[in-house]
Amino acid sequence: MVEQEGFRRYVAHVILWIGIAIVAFPVYIAIVASTQDNALIANGQMSLLPGGHFFEVYYQTIFVGTSGSTREPVGNMMLNSLVMALAIAVGKIAISIISAYAIVYFRFPFRMPIFWIIFITLMLPVEVRIYPTYKIVADLHMLDSYAGLALPLIASATATLLFRQFFMTVPDELLEASRIDGAGPLRFFWDTLLPLSRTNMAALFVILFILGWNQYLWPLLITTRDDMQTIQIGIRKMITTTDALTEWPIVMATAVLAMLPPVFVVVAMQKLFVRGLVETEK
Amino acid sequence: MQKQAIFQSRLLPYALVAPQLAIVLIFFYWPALQAVIQSFLLQDAFGLSTTFVWFDNYIELLKDPAYFEAVVRTFFFSFAIAVSSLSFALLLAVMADKPLRGSMLYRTLLIWPYAVAPPVVGVLWIFMLHPSLGVLSRYLRAMGIDWNPLLDGNQAAALIILAAAWKQISYNFLFFLAGLQAIPRSVFEAAAIDGARPMRRFWTVTFPLLSPTIFFLLVVNIVYAFFDTFGIIDTMTRGGPGTSTVTLVYKVYTDGLLGGNLGSSAAQSVILMIMVIVLTGIQFRFVERKVTY
Repeated sequence: MVEQEGFRRYVAHVILWIGIAIVAFPVYIAIVASTQDNALIANGQMSLLPGGHFFEVYYQTIFVGTSGSTREPVGNMMLNSLVMALAIAVGKIAISIISAYAIVYFRFPFRMPIFWIIFITLMLPVEVRIYPTYKIVADLHMLDSYAGLALPLIASATATLLFRQFFMTVPDELLEASRIDGAGPLRFFWDTLLPLSRTNMAALFVILFILGWNQYLWPLLITTRDDMQTIQIGIRKMITTTDALTEWPIVMATAVLAMLPPVFVVVAMQKLFVRGLVETEK
Repeated sequence: MQKQAIFQSRLLPYALVAPQLAIVLIFFYWPALQAVIQSFLLQDAFGLSTTFVWFDNYIELLKDPAYFEAVVRTFFFSFAIAVSSLSFALLLAVMADKPLRGSMLYRTLLIWPYAVAPPVVGVLWIFMLHPSLGVLSRYLRAMGIDWNPLLDGNQAAALIILAAAWKQISYNFLFFLAGLQAIPRSVFEAAAIDGARPMRRFWTVTFPLLSPTIFFLLVVNIVYAFFDTFGIIDTMTRGGPGTSTVTLVYKVYTDGLLGGNLGSSAAQSVILMIMVIVLTGIQFRFVERKVTY
């Protein structure tokens, strides 16, 4: 760097720590609140230091739920979220990689129109087509089912584009070599292309898992049964009741549990996460 | 761009694209088409008969002051969220771009909020700034501010903007940092040799070189503010008090669900679709420009 002034670096450290504090503060408050007594919080006298109800609150949250009308253990909601997130991530990768393979490695009538049909879906986020999509899912009897939660969110132009781009960079010699070895298209895909795509698939998986876990509007519309709720929906229902009845420690414990898996994925797989994020946005 | 080495097969490629094509046609094109058709129809109060009304639903919408307000509000929210989040993230990224001890740790500690879901963001912020029990509300009231976002529309809007900007900091930070690291160090050194002080270097060298990233992030942030704020609004204010935090997406949701006004809701969806198409178009044009840079 140009100037080696100690003072400027010192300022940089201070600004970064302030930034980190601002970013972390709401979550710190949530963690603290999830270990305290509800009466104290409801009186507006919450302490800024952790309380002693950690095990009690989390036990009730995960295995019992709130005492109100939406009495559903959060553990079950997390399971629903997990199934949905995995179905979306794995489903998107699976259907995108095979369609990208067809588009790159074959010549067939309607190849480009099909590519464009997939590509244009980039412009139709679920928010702009909620009620008609809801109606179709209802007609297919998929309300309150994992299929209904995942399928409408599974088609992904981004993933198809990403794999297409990657396949274009794979040297042609690989295909010729495996052809000499007598491999057909499926064998080549399975033995050569798939292993080469491993990093791309992992990076994409990290991003798609987070996006899937964090889905809100769609599950909100199509789940009516309490036992099909995802955690994001559950947390909203917990604060529906009038303020006085909201059990804030449980709400905050649920918020912490809702953040835990995706935040863990970001921190533990940071390299893949950054790569996936940058590549899907290209 | 086309591959030279390819396989020959009549049916296999169709089988490979079939799953994605089926899902796209059933869950994307069919509902989108339904939305367009629906937007030209008017249902009577009992849902017994529908009539084709041309652009009446659209004209009704454009004449409706509530819709106009939602449009203005959405753009204002987008602008406020984008500007506040981008500037704060840029400050942090410029600091983190310096060769500091522990810069990887800083990055980790700043990017994780990307993973927090919008409804959770809403819950976290309403809890902190809740009028009766929020830990920060005490201080606001001590400062003489009559803080009650559940009753005051402007305060509710400020709260939504704050929470939504908070969530987006990590995303913007990450892309700014990548953009900064792509600028060759020699450019800064040349400017320093010419005698430019750090502040001046930032505005005359870094900022212009970063403009493609800034523009890209601006579009992404606007799209984010249009769509992903739904979860934040729904857990925090539900569009209230009154309609002071109702955005376009939120209005599609409430008009279709509570009002049962499907024609109007569909017309709103179609207008949103057009907006997304324009925004995506801008983004793609920009991406192409970046390649030739």
